[in-house]
Amino acid sequence: MQEFLQQLVNGLSLGAIYALIALGYTMVYGVLRFINFAHSEVFMVGAMTGWAVGRQLPQGTWWGGLVVLGAAMLVCALLGMTIERLVYRPLRGTATLNVLITAIGVSLLLQSVFQHPRVFGATPQLFPPVFPERNFALGGVALSSNQLVVIVVAALLMVGLELVVHRTRLGMAMRAVALNPQAAQLVGVNINAVIALTFALGSALAGAGGVLYALNYPTVEPLMGVMPGLKAFVAAVLGGIGSIPGAALGGLILGTVETFVGGSAWLSTYKDAIAFAVLILILLCRPTGLLGRVAPEKV
Amino acid sequence: MLTVTNLTVGYGAITAVDGVSLAVPAGAIVTLIGGNGAGKTTTLRALSGLLRARGGSATFDGAELTGLAPHEIVARGLGHVPEGRMIFANLTVDENLRMGAYLVRDAAQVAATRERVFGLFPRLRERLRQSAGTLSGGEQQMLAIGRALMGGPKFLMLDEPSLGLAPQLVGAIFEQIVAINRSQGLTILLVEQNARLALEVSSYAYVLESGRIVMAGPSTELRNDPRLKSAYLGG
Ligand SMILES: Nc1ncnc2c1ncn2[C@@H]1O[C@H](COP(=O)(O)OP(=O)(O)OP(=O)(O)O)[C@@H](O)[C@H]1O
Ligand SMILES: [Mg+2]
Repeated sequence: MQEFLQQLVNGLSLGAIYALIALGYTMVYGVLRFINFAHSEVFMVGAMTGWAVGRQLPQGTWWGGLVVLGAAMLVCALLGMTIERLVYRPLRGTATLNVLITAIGVSLLLQSVFQHPRVFGATPQLFPPVFPERNFALGGVALSSNQLVVIVVAALLMVGLELVVHRTRLGMAMRAVALNPQAAQLVGVNINAVIALTFALGSALAGAGGVLYALNYPTVEPLMGVMPGLKAFVAAVLGGIGSIPGAALGGLILGTVETFVGGSAWLSTYKDAIAFAVLILILLCRPTGLLGRVAPEKV
Repeated sequence: MLTVTNLTVGYGAITAVDGVSLAVPAGAIVTLIGGNGAGKTTTLRALSGLLRARGGSATFDGAELTGLAPHEIVARGLGHVPEGRMIFANLTVDENLRMGAYLVRDAAQVAATRERVFGLFPRLRERLRQSAGTLSGGEQQMLAIGRALMGGPKFLMLDEPSLGLAPQLVGAIFEQIVAINRSQGLTILLVEQNARLALEVSSYAYVLESGRIVMAGPSTELRNDPRLKSAYLGG
């Protein structure tokens, strides 16, 4: 039982990170109907920003940790908006396949830039312990303060996003664009602004995810975004691409499954394979994902 | 109020609207009629900024519209009820109407406009909590018009409001279109394939064929024009 709870805590904190990244995929899909494969590199840039800023600050303080988080979110928001403005906007209206291939190109470009020795280089670096570190034991379940930070920060960001989407004019505009971009424009929504802000929000969440991930698996390197990015994409599809609660749920499920499988001695080698098998199974039963709707008919 | 001069719009190699000029005076109902593929929808989409014009100009209250983004055009008071209605199918009727008032910041004004919309289309009040996708075709058309009115336009463009509706329903919708024009002084540009009906409610008409205006005149005159009779009014 203790073992079970322990794995559950570990799984949820990993899943919370997947959830944060998955939200960006699903939000962009919602307004533009394409998968922004460069999103995993935005996550990497978030971790890199955290690393660069964190090294300049005193270690182990709450304010320092929050500054690192804020800096990563800000840099990633700007990066996401820049990618959208320079790359995706000029391609809007062309075939989705072109945009997908371009997204992969942006992804590779960002990886290569960071692999350059003048920028970062290929060697992994240790992520500084920016938050205070403590270990708790709750009834035999070990919990590190960093895991707690992950869970609390992720929960707050997701509640914040939910409020933005359902209580603000921006959220109203985002939902309108997701449902019907032309109709949204005809009621007066500035579609370019909404798309830019959607990228900013999604990328900021990935930036926070990057810092939280690096805190718990404490190295950073230019290819670190690939696997978490892929799994978060899977999580978004699992939850129902386009659905915000779906992305959160998908992330938590994937993180938990992966942790449980990884924790059992005879299956751990196959943990990624099993995580993906779970995806395939769920999609076979529910092709639109757990919380996804049948795609609305386009008139 | 709206003056279009030599408007040209195309898709790739196709020129769908080829030098169209027309004028809609304030307070009038003007109609643009023509058969399938004549370029009516393309004209309206260019006027509301959804398509970029290749040439020509369109001025609204003296200000140039071409080159503006759709949300800027809506903000100037140009409403557009698009072909195929384009309601937000997953949202309720209520949410669709609120979406229509996206640019209106004054809550009292929104509430007043809502009441006016319910006055025109009482059916919408009864269906307020219903998902818009489950409305009948006629109700969806009422919602599409209601949503456009929620933005408080000075000028309304309607793209084939009769499309796919039963004849009695078409009559009812057209009565309300006339009522909107009379009681609120809203200027209307009505696009229709149903020429007979369009000529009945409008004061002036333009006939579009293959992207060009081929005939124009007061609706009462066009109704009796032999050329129009044979081509659009079924003899
Ligand atoms: N997205 C598009 N891409 C290419 N050609 C288009 C597109 N939309 C319309 N066209 C072409 O432009 C011409 C004008 O079309 P438009 O939709 O404006 O006609 P319409 O008068 O509204 O016809 P209808 O009464 O059938 O709605 C047609 O020849 C049509 O095939
Ligand atoms: Mg048309």
